[in-house]
Amino acid sequence: MKRLGKVLIEALVFLIALIYLSPVYIMLVNSFKSRSELFENSLALPKKFSFEYYTTAMEKMDFLKAFGNSLFMTLVTIGLLVLLSSMMAWMLVRNDHKLSKIIFMLFVATMLIPFQTLMMPLMQLMGRISNNTFLQIINTRSGLVFMYLGFGASMAVFLFHGFIKSVPISLEEAATLDGCTKGGIFFRIVLPLLKPITVTVIILNVIWIWNDYLLPSLTLTDKALRTIPLSTFYFFGEFTIQWNLAMAGLTLTIIPVILFYIFAQKYIIKGVTDGAVK
Amino acid sequence: MKRKSDNLWYALFTVPLLVAFIMVVIIPFFMGIYYSFFEWNGIPTEPKIFTGFSNHAKLFSDARFLSAAGTTVIFTVVSVLLINVLSIAFSLLVTSKLRVRNAVRTMIFMPYLIGGLILGYIWKFIFSDVMISIGESLGRQDLFKSWLQDDKLALLAIVIVFAWQMAGYCMIIYIAGIQGIPEDVMEAAEVDGASYFQRLRKIIFPLLMPSFTICLFMTLSNSFKIYDVNLSLTAGGPRNATQMFAMNVYEEIFKYSNYGYGQAKALIFFLVVALITLTQVALTKRKEVQM
Repeated sequence: MKRLGKVLIEALVFLIALIYLSPVYIMLVNSFKSRSELFENSLALPKKFSFEYYTTAMEKMDFLKAFGNSLFMTLVTIGLLVLLSSMMAWMLVRNDHKLSKIIFMLFVATMLIPFQTLMMPLMQLMGRISNNTFLQIINTRSGLVFMYLGFGASMAVFLFHGFIKSVPISLEEAATLDGCTKGGIFFRIVLPLLKPITVTVIILNVIWIWNDYLLPSLTLTDKALRTIPLSTFYFFGEFTIQWNLAMAGLTLTIIPVILFYIFAQKYIIKGVTDGAVK
Repeated sequence: MKRKSDNLWYALFTVPLLVAFIMVVIIPFFMGIYYSFFEWNGIPTEPKIFTGFSNHAKLFSDARFLSAAGTTVIFTVVSVLLINVLSIAFSLLVTSKLRVRNAVRTMIFMPYLIGGLILGYIWKFIFSDVMISIGESLGRQDLFKSWLQDDKLALLAIVIVFAWQMAGYCMIIYIAGIQGIPEDVMEAAEVDGASYFQRLRKIIFPLLMPSFTICLFMTLSNSFKIYDVNLSLTAGGPRNATQMFAMNVYEEIFKYSNYGYGQAKALIFFLVVALITLTQVALTKRKEVQM
């Protein structure tokens, strides 16, 4: 009797989780249905699996291109951000003078500023720079990477800073006595020790940059540069909504996220837990 | 000689990121304060007219802005409550001895990884077409109708979608908190005959305060700043009933081209977010107990 109760509770909890994910089910089944079938019953399984909406959605969203753009943006930004912010944080921790304190304070103090407070002046400034110098920041990939570096800096430096404080300095001192340069010390000794917190920084920024809509929507006007959130937005804006097509498009955008989740689940959970700092 | 090379390294390691940070965050922040004192339509060749504090003062009699602010407050209160209740419940389920716990944790966390824009579109279909078709098959068109056409239900729809996204995230934070509670404390309480609810109230909840501080902070600031879900699910509709703070700022600047006035709104937005979240962290931190 007690065992039966246990099995029932297990089944019930699992059922709750399944219901929780039912929107994903609804999205999936309707991506295969014809219009009339979808209107008949939007909850039932499709009678036959037709992939025609996927091919259409893929074409209309220019999905492969958008995927490539998102991947490029995310990888390049995060690579640079990890490198530059760990370098910065290490210098700030190891040179604990007034200037370091001021810089660190500046990073922490600006963490609360919402994007909407900065977006208009930022676009003005970057627009002016793009118009008057050879630096093209608006409507280029490298310009967007530059802005992501600026916005991502606070959090990344803060996390690295906290971690480096607990790294013992003795190894670095020994290396200095052996005649190692600062650069050598950082890249050969310190950087490898930062792996745990690097994972956290990577995960948090992947989630942010991959899904970010507003910043790229303000800077990228060129159709060929659109990231996944952008092409999804225009996909929904350009056509009167055909839900089967829309669901196929949305499923496409979610597939990379789910694959990432399946392969990196351990790191994602750890990264999200460690990244939650006040 | 030594000092000089040290300073060079210091500059080499800090300047690159500092340049990006200053140009993207610091300078625009002060430019924003400057712009908020002018009346300007955003066209570079058109004149900016200095109006002092009139932009900031005008905010308090702007009906559309006040209603967006009110909507945001209601939305924030309801979703913060819902998300924290849900995620504490989930985290207790998932830290139990159930065999399905890992699968359940994986499933409930998943929506957090999907961006707000895309989540909003998925649910748009559910709250409009799927609701209608359920209503037709059940004959209950009063409840199962398009939620997005009704002022209050549309706001509730955003709450549900946002909670769906954030509950898994907070669950992860609470799980870490629960797993950090020393086993011997729990065992001692169990040996002393404390019931599950007594343990919950006297041990788990007090020791969860640090996790609660974090979750409250994250849910509070994220719901106050909500934009993506707002945009894709309702786009502020019906008739601006669900337009929230961030969207109001965006529209004032980029849709109505009131750059100066919109920037004044954006600054107030920042002040309110900072005030609310800092107060909350100060308040809840005081309630944390040391082990």
